[in-house]
Amino acid sequence: MSVLVYTESEQGTFKKTAFEVASYAKAVADQMGSTVTAITINASNSSELGSYGVDKVLNVSNESLKSFNAKGYADAIKQAADKENAKVIIVSSSADSKYLAPLLAVGLNAGYASNVVEVPSSIAPLTVKRSAFTNKAFEVSQINTDIKIIGVSNNSFGLVESNGNASAEVFTPTISNAGVTIQSVDKATNKVSIADADIVVSAGRGLKGPENWGMVEELADVLGAATACSKPVSDLGWRPHSEHVGQTGKPVASNLYIAIGISGAIQHLAGINASKVKVVINTDAEAPFFKAADYGVVGDAFEVVPTLIEKLKTFKAQQ
Amino acid sequence: MKILVCISHVPDTTSKINFTEDNTKFDTNGVQFVINPNDEFGLTRAMWFKEKQGAEVTVVNVGTVETEPTLRKALAIGADAAIRINTVATDGFSVAKQLANVVKDGSYDLIIAGRESIDYNGGMVPGMMAGIIDANFVNNCINLEVEGNNATATREIDGGKETVSTSLPLVIGGQKGLVEESDLRIPNMRGIMMARKKPLTILEPIDTVAETTSVSFEKPAPKGAVKLVSPDNLDELVSLLHNEAKVI
Repeated sequence: MSVLVYTESEQGTFKKTAFEVASYAKAVADQMGSTVTAITINASNSSELGSYGVDKVLNVSNESLKSFNAKGYADAIKQAADKENAKVIIVSSSADSKYLAPLLAVGLNAGYASNVVEVPSSIAPLTVKRSAFTNKAFEVSQINTDIKIIGVSNNSFGLVESNGNASAEVFTPTISNAGVTIQSVDKATNKVSIADADIVVSAGRGLKGPENWGMVEELADVLGAATACSKPVSDLGWRPHSEHVGQTGKPVASNLYIAIGISGAIQHLAGINASKVKVVINTDAEAPFFKAADYGVVGDAFEVVPTLIEKLKTFKAQQ
Repeated sequence: MKILVCISHVPDTTSKINFTEDNTKFDTNGVQFVINPNDEFGLTRAMWFKEKQGAEVTVVNVGTVETEPTLRKALAIGADAAIRINTVATDGFSVAKQLANVVKDGSYDLIIAGRESIDYNGGMVPGMMAGIIDANFVNNCINLEVEGNNATATREIDGGKETVSTSLPLVIGGQKGLVEESDLRIPNMRGIMMARKKPLTILEPIDTVAETTSVSFEKPAPKGAVKLVSPDNLDELVSLLHNEAKVI
């Protein structure tokens, strides 16, 4: 009856979201008076999970799961749930977890609530609060099935360390045919992705041209942030589509979102509103973004951003 | 190739989101409904397959008679036929079961649904359909080519993209990238006239139980006013982000 959590790794190393979902699973297990079992797939060192409340780890090591495939990963997690007789399963909101969770739900005949932003307000019936209407509202949702899957929204719960040790065992599920074969992967390995980033630095048409993105990247570097852009910027081809954030682009739920030269169209704000703290830098004091932001600077980005970079460098040096 | 495009009927992005009946129901008063944007990218890609490869395109929606204008719009854009499964769309799992019941006899080679609807943002319908009918599935799909029985699809991953080969029958969770915004079509008068004559079949739903139920809705707490910092005093911004917001 453990709470089962899928702790994602990439090339053997846990993603930050793995520790967040483990922390969340621990909170749910405490509510239920239960323990936490994690399943890892090709992770090299699962002992770290003990520090986030995991009691037991099922380590899957399988060559056919070396690259992510939703069906195979869902197979493995389903069998772990069966083995542990888990009634509550926790996954993250990464692209991969959102890909596999519906397949897992069908496999376990489980109700699935995605984008959950808090620990359950009730265990029986299991009731969770999730974001809906593209961050314009929350839905309180009740999962009625015997087995339940909760997808935790990124950065909504944070990391909670605890003093514990996780026991580890080898787990060998049977994996069916993936049905898809990876041909190529195009991924910048030296950059923080928008999904994994604590801080996102985003810029819009106010920057006037792609040649001016140097300062955006420098600001992102100083902060260890991911870079993003508004829709017009990606439509104009100034920046790759993968950087487009907003309703039809990537969703952002970072701790800090800095918008430079972005006016704040409703579609843009919908996509980034889940970010905790928003800063806007814009020459136009009437830009709608100022209504959505926590902090604002009315000023020319070409003056403000380089100065801000210097101030942050000084600040970082003092830390 | 026979393509089924699943259409969700959602409030337009600019709609005010309000709730009635003690915050248990979405207030449709004054709300304009549109084809879910993620579905519209898929529909437009389906039109491309129709024009270049002779595909036959059917659109489907789970909903009551109120959703028919949205289906007629899809027909006006160029779909050949429409199906409405006559029940209120409640939870994602039930919707996926209703849709899977339409495709389980294998009459469609390619099924395209949006990666998520912009109202409930569940993001589960395409994956659940694929799981129920045991078809191949690519989520967050930003490019799709089909040749014979084989498909090449690109999906967005965190921090990049990945291209896979797979085969039909295939379910796609689509999004922008399948086509660009500039490729989207506005129905013209001829399309609207023709749409009136195209078949819209009404199917009765199968019995399902709600795996999840909406209990209530909440709106985010009203935001406080923005704190303005002078561009000549950016030390203050750094200090606020560090000491007050605690994000750096």
